[in-house]
Amino acid sequence: MPTEVLMPALSPTMEEGTLAKWLVKEGDTVSSGDILAEIETDKATMEFEAVDEGTIGKILVEEGTEGVKVNTPIAVMLEEGESADDIDTSSKAAPAEDEKADEKPAEKAPAKAKDDAPTPPKPDQTPDWPDGTEMKTQTVREALRDAMAEEMRNDPNVFVMGEEVAEYQGAYKVTQGLLDEFGAKRVIDTPITEHGFAGIGVGAAFGGLRPIVEFMTFNFAMQAIDQIINSAAKTLYMSGGQMGAPMVFRGPNGAAARVGAQHSQDYGAWYAHIPGLKVVQPYSAADAKGLLKSAIRDPNPVIFLENEILYGKSFEVPVLDDFTIPFGKAKIWREGSDVTLVSWGIGMTYALDAAEKLAEDGIEAEVIDLRTLRPIDYDTVISSVMKTNRCVTIEEGFPVASIGNHLSAYIMENAFDYLDAPVINCTGKDVPMPYAANLEKLALTNTDEVLEAVHKVTYR
Amino acid sequence: MATRKSAAQSKAGSNVSADELKSYYRDMLLIRRFEEKAGQLYGMGLIGGFCHLYIGQEAVVVGLEAAAEEGDKRITTYRDHGHMLACGMNPDGVMAELTGREGGYSKGKGGSMHMFSKEKHFYGGHGIVGANVPLGAGLAFADKYLENDRVTFTYFGDGAANQGQVYETFNMAALWSLPVIFVIENNQYAMGTSQKRSTSTPDIYTRGEAFGIPGEAVDGMDVLAVKEAGEKAVAHCRSGKGPYILEIKTYRYRGHSMSDPAKYRTREEVQKMREEKDAIEHVRDLLLKGKHATEDDLKAIDKGIKDIVNKSAEFAKESPEPDVSELYTDIYAEEIPQGDAIETEDA
Repeated sequence: MPTEVLMPALSPTMEEGTLAKWLVKEGDTVSSGDILAEIETDKATMEFEAVDEGTIGKILVEEGTEGVKVNTPIAVMLEEGESADDIDTSSKAAPAEDEKADEKPAEKAPAKAKDDAPTPPKPDQTPDWPDGTEMKTQTVREALRDAMAEEMRNDPNVFVMGEEVAEYQGAYKVTQGLLDEFGAKRVIDTPITEHGFAGIGVGAAFGGLRPIVEFMTFNFAMQAIDQIINSAAKTLYMSGGQMGAPMVFRGPNGAAARVGAQHSQDYGAWYAHIPGLKVVQPYSAADAKGLLKSAIRDPNPVIFLENEILYGKSFEVPVLDDFTIPFGKAKIWREGSDVTLVSWGIGMTYALDAAEKLAEDGIEAEVIDLRTLRPIDYDTVISSVMKTNRCVTIEEGFPVASIGNHLSAYIMENAFDYLDAPVINCTGKDVPMPYAANLEKLALTNTDEVLEAVHKVTYR
Repeated sequence: MATRKSAAQSKAGSNVSADELKSYYRDMLLIRRFEEKAGQLYGMGLIGGFCHLYIGQEAVVVGLEAAAEEGDKRITTYRDHGHMLACGMNPDGVMAELTGREGGYSKGKGGSMHMFSKEKHFYGGHGIVGANVPLGAGLAFADKYLENDRVTFTYFGDGAANQGQVYETFNMAALWSLPVIFVIENNQYAMGTSQKRSTSTPDIYTRGEAFGIPGEAVDGMDVLAVKEAGEKAVAHCRSGKGPYILEIKTYRYRGHSMSDPAKYRTREEVQKMREEKDAIEHVRDLLLKGKHATEDDLKAIDKGIKDIVNKSAEFAKESPEPDVSELYTDIYAEEIPQGDAIETEDA
């Protein structure tokens, strides 16, 4: 059967073009790869090649014709044994036309379905461990180390890699003792090449291992962010569910003290932006331990944002053989009815401090620690705001497109009628971190700012 | 069918049976015809976005797959259709992914640049130039950790060879003796920039020397030369000696992607490569001159390939678009799709 040669689309956006020049004439024999014609698009002149071998039976569109729509028949090819008489010139509709059936845009992303009259959600506020569990005092640093050691004992697929994690015992001593217990095969010092070793970690995860990639700080992970986002976070989706990156990227995040602009950034909002990642930012030692164990077991890439200032802080940690905390479950540190304070990570220091001071003035703040930024426990936030009708968020990150901004929007969409005041976001300032001690203090948020915000939203 | 054991002499000097030659001919022709069909479907608007064809470079993957063994891994860039066909992935599933349909390897969610097959140990299909190089070393890291003797073929182009992460990876792969073969497919153009204009040293394979990684240049238009070099590299890696670099000098006949008019090189240059160096024609000559196959034998192979490719195109047109519910699937895994490398009691 004679085959129609159709006007080709030569770029992702081309709809029509000019048939500039025929390089063959009727009766010519061509084989695949031979150039048939030159076609001008709005961007360039392209050569158009034959796909099959055959004879040019008839040219349907003369050279020089402008505005030839994609998929218009421009010539007819004959196979062996056919002649030009076989050509039926009543050409059919271009095949691609009816292929373009546009689907309706799918339902908008993660926001929950809203009822006309929102009722308070029922968040999961079951205790993290049974009442009466024996507790011990531990620093965040020790809790993180124990979490890794326990998971490495349980699962031979887990290993740790990063700068100074082995022989130096960790730049911040979080991996202390791991080399002695697990050996150099599973506790691996890397050269200072974040982009490279993050990629090797992702590849190892594709290969069935469960890497823990430590960044000396998350500031250095910016060198590796392409591997974290493009390789680790997106592969499950791009592969249609065939392959993923079960791994943890962890290390200290945010400002330490007097280390200047390049070493003092909070990346919570950056990573929380990315579908395919899970993001954890713990405050207490018990949460650090329970959440890191969950992160190592999770079949997805997890960003685990620690904080240098919190490493040495002590908390009560349950003494249990196997204790984990699920993602997406916030912790209410303090119940109150006058205002909801939402924070996570080191922001909790200011939230809890402010709540104490507010109580002295007779204002009872409910203090929520989100613990994970992806997923976020919206239910706990919304049900609290429906009770207090006021909300202040606290974080150290930059103000534009902050987690606080996102929460404000979510609360507005889902509890608008319950709000008695605008939500206020206490954040780091919109400046690179200064070195001078007084300026650094001003650049971070603090308890006084939280107090001021609460007075604003409570009108007292 | 003539199966008598006769050997053909290639330029590389290796001996090869008639059956092997025919299988290389078939595998290379499948890639070429498949790519030509993909170009045609692109022209019809059935394939969208970026589409990078492998036409001209077929001998690279076919030669190296001939040197691979079951369980060896491969990972490559966005010019990936040839690699998938060469490692045995189903042409129907590849073509249907190009058309963005449910029957594609990634259910239509990956596209031309992003396909994977756990079964065939094919780890993508990556769109960021250079990024698949540490990933390939990571796969090799896993094999070393598991103490099996698998090797990973990590393919990238002459353009990617200028990325910093490639050298970070060379360093760690050598430091840790990872069983990875870095395959530089040097097709002489990084998109529109010739190697002369982008690369300070013409011999990219020598860039491993600083890290103690042996390397060699290979004629990528001669499938037998590629196979022979591949066998040497595989033996090196499998014996625990660490990484190896193969710079395979090849040529792409088409533009960088479908929308590239390729004005940065002359038509004569392309035509000369096609006429004098074409890898498929080379094997065809070996088969005919060595009397290992007749014109009719080859016509029958051509016909068989044409049928496979036409069938894949039909499948790719008929397979439905993914269900709209697929928009929200495969973002998070409930369990690790590729499984744990070492089975644990809890698993």
